[in-house]
Amino acid sequence: MKKKSFKMLLIALLAISMFLAGCSGKSSETSGEKDSGSDSGSKKDTLVYGRGGDSTSLDPITTTEGEAFKVTENIFETLVSYGDQDTTIHPGLAEKWDVSEDGLTYTFHLRQGVKFHDGTDFNAAAVVFNFERWMNGDEEKFPYYTMFGGYKNDEGHVISEVKAVDEYTVQFVLKRPQAPFLKNLAMSPFGIASPAAVEKYGDDFRSNPVGTGPFKFVEWKQNDTITLEKNADYWQEGLPKLNKVIFRVIPENTARLNALVNGEIDIMDGLNNSDEDTVLANDQLQVIERPSMNVGYIGMTTTRKPFDNKLVRQAMNYAIDKKAIIDAFYGGKAEPAVNPMPPSIEGYNDAIKDYPYDLEKAKELLKEAGYEKGFEIDLWAMPVARPYMPEAQKVAEVIQDSLSKIGVKAKIQSVEWATYLDKAAKGEFDMFMLGWTGDNGDPDNFLYTLLDKDSIGSNNYSYYSNDELHDILIEAQTETEQAKRNELYKKAQEIIKEDAPWVPLVHSTPLLAASKDVANYLPHPTGSEAVTNVEFK
Amino acid sequence: MAELVKNPAEMTAPPLDENSVSPWREAWKSFYKNRMALAGLVIVVIFILLALIAPVLAPYSFKEQVLTERMQAPSGKHWFGTDDFGRDIFSRVIYGARISLWVGFFSVLGSVIVGTMLGIIAGYYGRWVDGFISRIFDIMLAFPSILLAIAVVAILGPSLRNALIAIAVVNIPNFGRLVRSKVLSVKQEEYIMAARAIGMKDSRILLRHILPNSISPVIVQATLAIATAIIEAAALGFLGMGAQAPTPEWGKMLSDSKNYLVQAPWTLFFPGIAIMLTVLGFNLMGDGLRDVLDPKMKQ
Amino acid sequence: MLAYTARRILSLFPVLIGMTLVVFAIIHAIPGNPAQMILGQRATKEAIAEVTRQLGLDKPWYIQYFDYVNSLLHGDLGTSLRTRGPINEEIWPFLAATMELTIAAMLIAVIIGVNAGIISAWFSKSWFDYTAMVLALIGVSMPIFWLGLMEQWAFSIELGWLPTTGREDVRNPVSAITNLYLIDTLLQGRFDQFGTVLQHIVMPSLALATIPMAIIARMTRAAMLEVMKSDYIRTARAKGLGMFWVVYKHSLKNAVIPVLTVIGLQAGLLLGGAILTETIFGWPGIGRYLYDAIAYRDYPVIQSGILVIAAIFVLINLIVDLLYVFIDPRIKYTN
Repeated sequence: MKKKSFKMLLIALLAISMFLAGCSGKSSETSGEKDSGSDSGSKKDTLVYGRGGDSTSLDPITTTEGEAFKVTENIFETLVSYGDQDTTIHPGLAEKWDVSEDGLTYTFHLRQGVKFHDGTDFNAAAVVFNFERWMNGDEEKFPYYTMFGGYKNDEGHVISEVKAVDEYTVQFVLKRPQAPFLKNLAMSPFGIASPAAVEKYGDDFRSNPVGTGPFKFVEWKQNDTITLEKNADYWQEGLPKLNKVIFRVIPENTARLNALVNGEIDIMDGLNNSDEDTVLANDQLQVIERPSMNVGYIGMTTTRKPFDNKLVRQAMNYAIDKKAIIDAFYGGKAEPAVNPMPPSIEGYNDAIKDYPYDLEKAKELLKEAGYEKGFEIDLWAMPVARPYMPEAQKVAEVIQDSLSKIGVKAKIQSVEWATYLDKAAKGEFDMFMLGWTGDNGDPDNFLYTLLDKDSIGSNNYSYYSNDELHDILIEAQTETEQAKRNELYKKAQEIIKEDAPWVPLVHSTPLLAASKDVANYLPHPTGSEAVTNVEFK
Repeated sequence: MAELVKNPAEMTAPPLDENSVSPWREAWKSFYKNRMALAGLVIVVIFILLALIAPVLAPYSFKEQVLTERMQAPSGKHWFGTDDFGRDIFSRVIYGARISLWVGFFSVLGSVIVGTMLGIIAGYYGRWVDGFISRIFDIMLAFPSILLAIAVVAILGPSLRNALIAIAVVNIPNFGRLVRSKVLSVKQEEYIMAARAIGMKDSRILLRHILPNSISPVIVQATLAIATAIIEAAALGFLGMGAQAPTPEWGKMLSDSKNYLVQAPWTLFFPGIAIMLTVLGFNLMGDGLRDVLDPKMKQ
Repeated sequence: MLAYTARRILSLFPVLIGMTLVVFAIIHAIPGNPAQMILGQRATKEAIAEVTRQLGLDKPWYIQYFDYVNSLLHGDLGTSLRTRGPINEEIWPFLAATMELTIAAMLIAVIIGVNAGIISAWFSKSWFDYTAMVLALIGVSMPIFWLGLMEQWAFSIELGWLPTTGREDVRNPVSAITNLYLIDTLLQGRFDQFGTVLQHIVMPSLALATIPMAIIARMTRAAMLEVMKSDYIRTARAKGLGMFWVVYKHSLKNAVIPVLTVIGLQAGLLLGGAILTETIFGWPGIGRYLYDAIAYRDYPVIQSGILVIAAIFVLINLIVDLLYVFIDPRIKYTN
């Protein structure tokens, strides 16, 4: 009761100030969005997608940012593609393919009659053109090297040659087998662009993208909206179902939800777990879950005191209450992480038991390690919301509170995102929060990328180095038989668990919210998907 | 920038008298008569008291998390409700007074000290020294203050202390200019000329004659500047560039809670009201002081 | 007066040069590596070193400064690290969005502030006067980012009257001519769009207007009180001439000086406040452009953004100063 009248008082106060302001907006009382569209009789065919950040580029090969791929997935297509909601491999622009016995030659048979948005033909020459463009690039232009071991003249480059056998057949010759080769090809950055458009626009291709996808690029108002329209000549009959897609930037999660409630947007990503109930209680809205393929973790830099001591690292594992964190900041919608990769990925070792939440045990280990009186550290928390950790600063506060109970005084620090990664890569953090969303659903993309000694200086931020682990991971890279690979990865996870360079925290389920009439929206675990099949009921 | 021609009666008044007891009592009397100013003083005193006795007054610890009692609406148990960690907002708002007053006071103290020094140097020595210092002030004032503060924090790294430094830095030119113009006008007065003529040392002239003359406008300006500094500190906290967790800084509290505008709006009401009231207090007090100490500045 | 104008403009040069130095110094003092920013989370050490070299960041600072000023003189603001687009082109829509917002805020502030001040002065010590002045005091003390959130809560969430964020209905987008949408929609005769654009601008401009509005009201009131003491006005009042006649026809020009002062003084506050307001209301303006640039360490954009804002601020102050002399030549300038 009290609360209500207080609310009304505040509203009244604000309303007075509003009235004083002449409330010029009133003249157009329509406040249209809410009832427009569905009532007008004609079927809604424009989808407005609200998201937290703008794209940096619309040429997918030039970026690693997820926000960019959300748009480019609709404009470009890859040779092979992932399943609707998993990372199995399906035909894409290539209808079928053969792999040679030794795993070194891949022959792709391309789909015929596909045209780029500018009217030029998609064919083998276009594929070769794209790969030549990427392979001859450099680090500043394209982050291509991260998946294929370098550029054309680099020692480690996996691909030795890409050639057009005939108009619709392309052959890739590899220097050595690469187990996740097809999975790599399906990644968003490797969407095939129109060679004519690349040549026409040069550097401006990044804001004038031309591909073969279900939607064509129309307009980009920076930091505001990107508009795409239906590709009427799309090779899949009857698709896409929408006429227009508009990606709109609304940085604050709550503001985005308000916009959804107001009908200003139709779907949004980055829904706060804590807002899920609000959405469920609204009969105009629905919650859509994105399948999880990520891990959020607390890293400990193993080259810095006191985390050079395995016992201390294990103690940290005992000291953090994952369940409480998940209940409070993931709305219960996340799985406590045991291993550095999510259970949905092949090769996951479910025999491993997690360190339980046990403060006594943690204190014991600290005593054994000679830190009976505890110590002081900096705990670095990410400055931005990531799918695996939407509220890093807050989780950090909970961890700070937990650690204080075993005598560890943690000071929460943060710095802007690029610097954060830079410092982490240089091993300047004591303890830090980070995470990873899988690129292609392969265990290599988690274990080797994040914890092998080769990755120190890039993504192995905890500077963890174990030679036995290294040998296993390298063997698994070139091993093409999946069962054998799985065994190797299971062994690898055991070693990592014992050495405890991380406290694996969660595998989160990122949430989207949409208006009830949005149908067939299938979020992909990699974080970006085309809206080809989406329609309004 | 525009200086109106001075009142000739004032020119002959020896400055030392201004410092003796009775004018201050006069000032207090007229301040007391000014109801608005008194209200401001009361508000400020209340917040200072809250800050001082926070540990006694606060029913809960400002940092104790009770994750099972998150985002509870205001009730008898938690007067202002709880935040997303289940912390008592009432206690946090009270402790927050310490932080905001501390930042407001010390950042302004910093700008006053540095600004006064630079202003005196510029005004007294004139010529290229003045030119140089004044240009620096011009350049600093050419940037919107919050922007400059953000830049300073971006360099030093986000923390409460650095926010304080940033706010102090951006306010320096305001005091510098004020003192400089005061010095310039006092310098021309006969008794200073006389003092110089009889060979009094620069430092002595500055300390005994020029500084006392600049005190009242500086006090007025400083009181108003505390108000601005509190808002700026809150703004930096809101942008994540000020106080860090679990410090109960009001702007930081707003920023932490802005995601709960729909579910738990009370997490946003109270810190905001606290900022507004404190700032209002200092503004009222500053206005009152201006009427009393520096009637010329009255608008 | 001409001499004063010339002197005033000349004195800008050291300031402008100083500004480039300050901005350059800020950029170089900010920790962080643009190369890391470009390459993202998957960067390798070699790649970072290579990109650092390509960007010329390994050169000595004075050469970098020289290059920077040199390109500025050629009207080149550089290239965004993040989008690789030329900043000259990119910045305009953002600047226009901020201009639209700040001008709208200033108009609200002036219209309401001046009128409230006049009425307060005329009915001095009436309930209106007290209410208006208390509100003005509260207004001056308002943290505008909080006010913005409260507006959203009240008018969007609780009442559902106004859209929460953005500049336009994206389903019915405005085709930009000047990028000032209120003007663009009128030019195209799209009154429906004008309405929605107006709805979007109400809350952010009101939040931004609060402080200048309060200050203008107080200054106008004080100025008018002064004027009303004059014999001329007193006679007019004694004759029973109404407020409209006396004030609006004959003494309004006296309100011009306080308003001008405030516009000059508040320009910086508005531009600074825009960073907060734009963040809260998702307004695609220069404040957010800059804030994002800081968050991503997009150095050229930070550099140019700060410089452009500061330059506008300096320009507004110049115009205000010149207008003073123009309006009231009696003012004696000692500085």
